[in-house]
Amino acid sequence: MKLRSPHLLGIEFLEPEEITAILDAAETFAEISTREIKKVPTLRGKTVVNFFVEPSTRTRSSFELAEKRLSADSLNFSTSTSSLVKGETLLDTARNLEAMAPDFIVIRHSEPGAPHFLARHCRSSVINAGDGAHEHPTQALLDAFTMRRRGRRFPGLRVAIVGDILHSRVARSNVLLLTRMGADVTVCGPPTLLPRGIERLGCRATHRMEEAIEGADVVMMLRVQLERMRAGFFPTLREYARLFGLDGARLRLAAPDALVMHPGPINRGVEIMGDVADGAASVILEQVTNGVAVRMAVLYLLAGGAERETAA
Amino acid sequence: MRLLLRNGRVLDPASGVDDTLDVLIEDGRIARLEAKIPARGAEVADLAGLVVCPGFLDMHVHLREPGQEWKETIATGTRAAAAGGFTGVACMPNTVPVNDSRSVTESILRTAARDAVVAVYPVGCVSKGQAGEELAEMADMFEAGARAFSDDGQPVASGLLLRKALEYSRLFDVPILDHCEDSGLVAGGVVHEGDVSTRMGLRGWPGVAEDVVVQRDVLLAEYTAGRLHVAHLSTGRSADIVRRAKKAGIRVTCEATPHHLALTDEAVSGFDTNAKMNPPLRPESDRRALLKALQDGTVDAIATDHAPHHADEKNVEFSRAPFGIVGLETAVSVCLDRLVHGGTIGLPRLVELFTSGPARILGLAKGTLAPGADADVTVLDPNRRVTVDPARFRSKSANTPFAGWSLRGAPVMTLVAGRIVHDGR
Repeated sequence: MKLRSPHLLGIEFLEPEEITAILDAAETFAEISTREIKKVPTLRGKTVVNFFVEPSTRTRSSFELAEKRLSADSLNFSTSTSSLVKGETLLDTARNLEAMAPDFIVIRHSEPGAPHFLARHCRSSVINAGDGAHEHPTQALLDAFTMRRRGRRFPGLRVAIVGDILHSRVARSNVLLLTRMGADVTVCGPPTLLPRGIERLGCRATHRMEEAIEGADVVMMLRVQLERMRAGFFPTLREYARLFGLDGARLRLAAPDALVMHPGPINRGVEIMGDVADGAASVILEQVTNGVAVRMAVLYLLAGGAERETAA
Repeated sequence: MRLLLRNGRVLDPASGVDDTLDVLIEDGRIARLEAKIPARGAEVADLAGLVVCPGFLDMHVHLREPGQEWKETIATGTRAAAAGGFTGVACMPNTVPVNDSRSVTESILRTAARDAVVAVYPVGCVSKGQAGEELAEMADMFEAGARAFSDDGQPVASGLLLRKALEYSRLFDVPILDHCEDSGLVAGGVVHEGDVSTRMGLRGWPGVAEDVVVQRDVLLAEYTAGRLHVAHLSTGRSADIVRRAKKAGIRVTCEATPHHLALTDEAVSGFDTNAKMNPPLRPESDRRALLKALQDGTVDAIATDHAPHHADEKNVEFSRAPFGIVGLETAVSVCLDRLVHGGTIGLPRLVELFTSGPARILGLAKGTLAPGADADVTVLDPNRRVTVDPARFRSKSANTPFAGWSLRGAPVMTLVAGRIVHDGR
């Protein structure tokens, strides 16, 4: 199976068969990460630039590890948005990176559409590692992979996504992916943090957490940021936690074997209580582990997958 | 100097003329308008099959000079206007420095006298430094030639300042042009807040942020008996507010842009920065409401909000790109194709929206071909097929969402004071 596009810009452009192919490939790569020698020569001689224009530790580390386990040469190029504003444009920076002939550019950027912009101007394969509030496709893929590894099947799967939906690329990519695979998704948050028309992406929306969680097979909590309180989206973190925090009592409304997920980093005591984060239902750290395998699968398939291997 | 325009369909809504006639121009004025005028030594242009209209006016243009000449100059902007069928443009005051004084107004008009190929009508600032605090010297600017006042680029945020401006401008009976936007409600939005912003994760600029200011402005216009003009109306609700205000006898007029009439917010899919403008493109329901407002007379003028930006400025991340698109060289074709051939309005109404409509708002003795009028003439070929090619624009900038569009209908000849400034027959 080969992906249709040389880039991974968002879930928006993936067909269900492509999603399945990525998840299938990730199974193989997950196995590699359990070996004593956690390295395969799949991308030997390939260069990957991790171009992070917005701070991120876990996504960058996850990509870096995926690249290393595939034997690619990786270069971390981090810069702050402010230095780009002062000096070079994104396009000029990208052209400079491209002059070093990388095969992949993994980009994290605070502006929606930045990876799409890069893809229009670069020959390299562009992977979106999060663009503003738009998409974070590898996160949605690793979330789906985590559900699938835990034996969940997507058709009819009831998933509640709770928190700051408005500013969340994780929510958008997950809604797109899960609904495309047949899941039944409900997003939940205070009315100030639910974007208008979110239902048109194929999910349901509610302001009542109990309603969202009741009978859910998966409860995905999103990180809420203090700066949103300062911008007036909710009065205090305390009140937010009271209305939208996941505690044991609320979790009991979900299906008995429900999974608790969170893209991290978690705010203990705000959107998720510590005992729930550490509890039996939580697969938060599995998500992190699976992230490496899914990113290996994405790199492998974008590089041409099995086709390339047979040619080599 | 005599010029005879022969055999064209003369369409002058202001004087109720729509007939195949000859137009004789003498000394820069319309001398006669009759069937079969003998040439008697006049230069003859045969315009059979074409439509001869009063010169089109664009009352909302950013010429960028002084101060941002890499985007546009008075020379290039007016050449773009001439090529686009316009014989006069009103230029917005958000230049560098801003046009908030007699000296800047005079400097613009001096440059125009030297470089411009169409008439230039400066719009002065409402406030000193366009800072939104104290009234600028409107009387001085009016005497120098300013024909309207606006802080365009910015709304007049303070209700008190707008009140004062509406009152003070009654001295010369000129309109205050407001860019209606509650910046607090816009909150950094870059596209219409709705399905598209939600899908793309872009900050939304809700229609209500325009509506509340249009409503405020209308109430203040009523209270002060001043003249209000709502620039580039973009929502159905704003059109409703203006419609009701007009019925109530409040002195309010408004304009709509070709892009808000022809495009919806779906045009930003793919993060095309050439579809990023302020106010943003709205959904289909708003577009349809604007079309209705064109039909029922709520909208007084079509204006382009021609906003040139250098390609390097637009070739950045979507949220960082400046707002605005060029419009002078596409407006007439877009409107002929989408509005006239699209069946929204007839050609006479379109001509009115480009001629007597804006002339009345700006208080100009223009927009008619009645004998004695200045010989500003726009000639249309309503059936010519054109393809929009930004590489051929006279404008210095090419930031258009219409590149590659195939359109039916085009301006083919432009005369200013009897002089041919563009001939693309």
